[in-house]
Amino acid sequence: MDIQENKSTLVVETRNDEKIKKIWKTAAILLAITVVEFIMAFTMGRGILLYSAFIALTIWKAKYIMMEFMHLGDEVKGLFYSIIAPLIFLIWLIIVLVKEGSEIFLMRW
Amino acid sequence: MSAHSTAIGVSSKRGVWGGGNEPLKASYGKLMMWFFLLSDIFTFAAFLITYVSIRVSYPAYAGSAEAFVGSNEYWPVPELVFKALPFLHGVNAPLIFVGIMTFILIASSVTMVLAVEAGHRNDRNDVVKWMLWTLVGGITFLGCQAWEWSHFIHGTDGGTIMTYVNSMGRSVTETVFGANLTVNEYGPAGFAQLFFFITGFHGFHVTIGVVLLFLCFYQAAVGVYDRRGHYEMVEKIGLYWHFVDLVWVFVFTLFYLI
Repeated sequence: MDIQENKSTLVVETRNDEKIKKIWKTAAILLAITVVEFIMAFTMGRGILLYSAFIALTIWKAKYIMMEFMHLGDEVKGLFYSIIAPLIFLIWLIIVLVKEGSEIFLMRW
Repeated sequence: MSAHSTAIGVSSKRGVWGGGNEPLKASYGKLMMWFFLLSDIFTFAAFLITYVSIRVSYPAYAGSAEAFVGSNEYWPVPELVFKALPFLHGVNAPLIFVGIMTFILIASSVTMVLAVEAGHRNDRNDVVKWMLWTLVGGITFLGCQAWEWSHFIHGTDGGTIMTYVNSMGRSVTETVFGANLTVNEYGPAGFAQLFFFITGFHGFHVTIGVVLLFLCFYQAAVGVYDRRGHYEMVEKIGLYWHFVDLVWVFVFTLFYLI
């Protein structure tokens, strides 16, 4: 009754410090970017420049989360592009809805 | 590409037509999780882009921070709306609380990736330890969000005098406290509606994530994955959890910074 004794036949490998260090490094980068965003929110004037900087930093963070935490960068190319390529549709959605919103703005005010 | 990207090894000896091979070198479950997440990306993107669209249809508040009052004539400045802290009534702490929430969610994402890494090594003790930390992070985040919602709904001490069309179709002018789906003291009705929809939908995802994390934690602790022979479930639930963090990064920027 080996199975019921809850004994594992799996071999536990030792920790790879290199990998764990890389995870903490990614975490530090994510936190640093968030802190930078925070400081920018209070020191810079509101405007198109600040907003573009926020969006660029956010996409940069998203890249780190997807590539390092979700290991999308380690998958085969086919899987990588089948996740990334469809996002191209969003670009059109952004253009259309922002245009729509600003037209409503012009009509209302 | 790295040989250690999947928990299950894929045999290269089998031919393409021999059966048992895995398209895109990922297991069925992982592949389906990725495609589910892709569909979820579109759902959240639609919400967030709608937010941007409605936001640009209103003028932004342009006056000084001290003189700010809510009005449905212009969109409020987030740091003047989200500025409260629990237990510290009346303290002006713009965006501090939401910054703490972001920190908690990123930290729980880090502990999750450490659990996945431990799963690759079949190290049950490490998996259980890091899953537990992730679980703590997820539950703390939900608690924070419950407080944030409650504060947003109940509003400030003074409230704001608003002129709006009520649910009976009449135009009324009265002091409004907090927020609901018809009117709120911070800005146009769309501001609170989008806040409830987007952070609510995200919070719903976090809730599902916490349930999944608990199941995964429990199964790892009682040795289900040891008997199964691999820790791939940790990896799949990890993908979902990182996605929740990913969405929050965008919600944080669009809702609280811009």
